[in-house]
Amino acid sequence: MSSRAEVLALLDENARYSIEDMARQTEAEPDEVRATLEQLEDEGIVQGYRAVTDGSKLDEEPVRAVVELNVTLDRETSYDDIAERVARFPMVESLQLVSGDFDFMLTVDGDSMREVSAFISNKVAPVPEITQTVTHYVMTTYKKQGINFDDGHDDDRLSVSP
Amino acid sequence: MRAADRVDRVGPSGIRRFFELAEEREDVISLGVGEPDFAAPWAARDAAITALERGRTSYTANRGKRELRMAVADHVEQYGLAYDPDEEILVTAGASEAVDLAFRSFINPGDTVAVAQPCYVSYAPGVEFAGGEVLPVRTRRADEFKLTREVLRESGAAAAEMLVYCYPNNPTGATMTHEELAEVAAFAREHDIMVVSDEIYAALSYDHEHASIATLPGMRERTIVVNGFSKAYAMTGLRLGYALGPADGIGAMNRIHQYTMLSAPTTAQYAAIEALESCGDELAAMRAEYDRRRKLVLSRFEEMGIDCFRARGAFYAFPACPSGDADAFAEALLEETGVAMVPGTAFGAGGEGHLRVSYATGIDELKEALDRLERFVS
Repeated sequence: MSSRAEVLALLDENARYSIEDMARQTEAEPDEVRATLEQLEDEGIVQGYRAVTDGSKLDEEPVRAVVELNVTLDRETSYDDIAERVARFPMVESLQLVSGDFDFMLTVDGDSMREVSAFISNKVAPVPEITQTVTHYVMTTYKKQGINFDDGHDDDRLSVSP
Repeated sequence: MRAADRVDRVGPSGIRRFFELAEEREDVISLGVGEPDFAAPWAARDAAITALERGRTSYTANRGKRELRMAVADHVEQYGLAYDPDEEILVTAGASEAVDLAFRSFINPGDTVAVAQPCYVSYAPGVEFAGGEVLPVRTRRADEFKLTREVLRESGAAAAEMLVYCYPNNPTGATMTHEELAEVAAFAREHDIMVVSDEIYAALSYDHEHASIATLPGMRERTIVVNGFSKAYAMTGLRLGYALGPADGIGAMNRIHQYTMLSAPTTAQYAAIEALESCGDELAAMRAEYDRRRKLVLSRFEEMGIDCFRARGAFYAFPACPSGDADAFAEALLEETGVAMVPGTAFGAGGEGHLRVSYATGIDELKEALDRLERFVS
């Protein structure tokens, strides 16, 4: 039997496991795993599969900015309305309503600082309910989605030991 | 320089020759490693660093820091074990020291020590260094390498003063339940045999809860339980284990320990306290990963038609050698495919015709090794 939790745990570890390998690791039939996976996708629990990349190793390093957004609400406008308006832009990697000193935490990906700055000043800041933006450019990424980029854990064990 | 006779008598470990063969090659994928592939949980490493920064570099109490002994007492309650941190727990430099102390504390010259085999390579030499005579108790594939009343009787263990075994087992991955241990316990009581129960892999029992013989009636007073941090918390190099037993037994072991080791490594003790206090999630995550690998390995063996009983613990599977002699097979496999598996003969009686496959290896490497094995045997 492969439960949803087991399949999710495997995907979280490596979304590229074959159905067969997921089945072996959970002692389930491949068809069961396939069905569980389809169900997770149909219900929208699994929203997609993407590689975790270290952009600093690319020739053209992409630029990421984390932006604090402050907003004012009125009777006609809710957080959801503002979020929907901002999240639709393809350059928005993620958008979350958060507690604390500001309202939304926005992550923007672009090819250059110029592009990201232009996007924030031309598309985000002018939204009437947005009263303030504070942009933080990411300088170095050490860990992303649970993966340590500089994981110096070389295998220094003896090749054969009792 | 001439070694003493008792040292001279003990040969080098059978695993050594295989290690040398594997070391000759660069591209080896090793399924021959007897320790975790994970690093110790960061919080435990951080606690060790902090202890060093604060200059905590003195000896501790002989028996180990009291805070650690108290944490150990709490930790082993999950197995139904209750030991007094002041009198009944001894922190040692690795579980290996605890095993050695148990041998030296309770074996008189000429005593017979029944050693359930196949097993970890240190027991028999340890018994001999302590002046005892080793009586191999050959467990069988037909019993899934569990210890039974029958194999104990057949091997002549009734005459032994001490019995030593390890479950979950290295090298077979076998485990034993309370019911199965009850047979062993009855035999030990009947023939007045003391038991050294190496439970270093207790945290890695996958199909049922770990069972300790010391929880069975009349056994606590005749059992030394050995456990430690190496396997569960991936802390092998920090060298920290512990022994649990009745006050007089632990007192005897501590007498040797205080004159020879003084105290277990202090830095490691700080790491271990943190491991017990806050690394339960990491332990669970490592355990879950071993379990997935175990299932992968067993499934692949089945698909390849390799006969392997269901390994239920530690991080080993113990398949029957697909063809011929296991030593020759392991050597040929290493030579032709670069995959290292240790022949069962390295682990004593009953290991012949089998291979120890360690799945303490990342899943990508594990899959590659199994692919190579599959091509090799087909």
